[in-house]
Amino acid sequence: MIEEVVSIDLPVHERLVVRKNRLQPQKLTGREKRISIVTGTHGDELDGQYVCYEIIRRLKANPEKLKGIVDIYPDVNPLGLDTGSRGIPMFDLDMNRVFPGDNNGAMAEYVAAGIVEDIIGSDMCLDIHSSNIFVKEVPQVRLNDDNAEKLLPYAKMLNADFVWIYSSITVLDATLAYSLNNMSVPTLVVEMGVGHRIDNTYCRQLITGIFNMLINMGIWADEPINVKQPIISTEGEVSIINAAQTGVFVSAVNSMGTIGIGTHIGDIIEPIEGRILQRIESPTDGIIFTLRENPVVYKGALIARVYGGRKSGQV
Amino acid sequence: MRKEVLYQLKGLYREDFIIEGYRFGGEENSACIVGALRGNEMQQLYICSQLIKVLKDLEAHGAITHGNGILVVPSANSYSMNVGKRFWALDNIDINRTFPGDVNGDTTKQIAAQLFDKVKGYNYGIQFASFYMQGDFIPHVRMMETGYQSASLANLFGLPYVVIRKPKPMDTVTLNYNWQMNGTNAFSIYTSSTDLVDDASARQAVSSVLRFLTRMGILKYNNHSGYIASVINEYDLLPVKSYDAGFYRRLKNPGDPVFHGDLIAEVIDPYEGMVKSQIFSQTDGIVFFAHTAPMVMGNEVVYKIIRRMHE
Repeated sequence: MIEEVVSIDLPVHERLVVRKNRLQPQKLTGREKRISIVTGTHGDELDGQYVCYEIIRRLKANPEKLKGIVDIYPDVNPLGLDTGSRGIPMFDLDMNRVFPGDNNGAMAEYVAAGIVEDIIGSDMCLDIHSSNIFVKEVPQVRLNDDNAEKLLPYAKMLNADFVWIYSSITVLDATLAYSLNNMSVPTLVVEMGVGHRIDNTYCRQLITGIFNMLINMGIWADEPINVKQPIISTEGEVSIINAAQTGVFVSAVNSMGTIGIGTHIGDIIEPIEGRILQRIESPTDGIIFTLRENPVVYKGALIARVYGGRKSGQV
Repeated sequence: MRKEVLYQLKGLYREDFIIEGYRFGGEENSACIVGALRGNEMQQLYICSQLIKVLKDLEAHGAITHGNGILVVPSANSYSMNVGKRFWALDNIDINRTFPGDVNGDTTKQIAAQLFDKVKGYNYGIQFASFYMQGDFIPHVRMMETGYQSASLANLFGLPYVVIRKPKPMDTVTLNYNWQMNGTNAFSIYTSSTDLVDDASARQAVSSVLRFLTRMGILKYNNHSGYIASVINEYDLLPVKSYDAGFYRRLKNPGDPVFHGDLIAEVIDPYEGMVKSQIFSQTDGIVFFAHTAPMVMGNEVVYKIIRRMHE
């Protein structure tokens, strides 16, 4: 059933409405587990749209298998999605920097508070993102090391290539995931793909993982699914490659995945002078799981992230 | 006065991005003043330009007391100002949401980290800030309640109000918060404008900074004593919300007294022109914040009123 979570009247005869679709068994026992699947916080991230569609389609196709409550929030930033803007268009605000929100605050905070209020009580929340328009990510689950012990078993269910455990210092307090975890709703962040695109393969990989999680949580009655065993990494095991020069990045790798130490990742070039400013090589044997998509880079721009063991200088 | 390059980033299709600092007086890190961090903060840049003009003159007349040094950073985001963007133009990231920054991080984090490295360590940090809600304020000094804040120091600016804000999670990445956590007495000064230059409130801001620096013994300057500020907790301000959306007719301005039951705003249907709803004050008090845009959304905060305060 599609419900309104929170709404605001816009100035000229229109409403901003955040919706959810609640799918639940016909007869409730009151003991059902509840999962919330949230996406569309950033209007330029679209993979979650396909994921929501496909999950709802499958749940509806076999309603007898549904044993718990699945709340799907496909568009928590509807105006951002509709206009292709990452933030909330009128305010230029990143919605994932205003949680847990405030009922007496600005519009974005009011909407954020309404969403959080609605999700509270869930046994699990998945917050699905698609990176941004600048870098592409392999399907990965990200979690804060404060909650790693509790969340890691769930993260492993999601059929991701990679689980990245962040230091709590680098986690932003104003994100949905941080806020919900603080409010005792276990929340995992999924990142995959790139902004303004839908990668069907990545989406299907995650959907398999989500159904595996539903089965494990007793929300979906089905045969167990064999999922990928993800690489589990802490922050220190990831090499982050930033642009050392301002220029145009031209990738030399066609896809992400396994990479050898010294492998040519790409060049930062200076078009008007016809020269290479920086040759970028993998600093380690490992897995490249983030790669620059948008070529224009300023010094400091993220080029790639590589998870790996042997680093240059080591034997 | 010494002009310094605090940070330089090579441009690709533009000239280099440069953060310039204007240093006055001696070598001590006495006070640091930061203007525009966002591309629309024209008033904040203007205030700094006027302050630099006055400080140049005061320094020439030996008015900066022995050893005290003052750094003014008029803009840390000229790149966005020049292309009409509010945030860092390429990726739309707000530099004032990336402090303390990271020298090994993404571009805006590097900018924030390098800037923070140059502006930290001062006894006093003053930022001309803008608010994320669209509207006008009574000029005031704002401080975060970090445990290190000092309202009595904020009072020395001589502005009518000092507001203490309990930091929300999103505030922990601002310059003000990180200054305070780093041992600097940090103040944000809000005037009644952001995108447009308001000369009167700019003059008030410049005077308040000069007054503060004088009272801290950094400057020798004779100016009006200003106000003995009323100290307000932000959470004590009464938010007044719209019920309907449409054209917004504001009937009260910041600083106006209101009484319980006063009509303070109207919302007008954007197609049919009739008054859809009227907004009444729910308290006696003084208008602290007033919504400015021509239109309003439903359930939007249009006023914040200082409760039970009289002129």
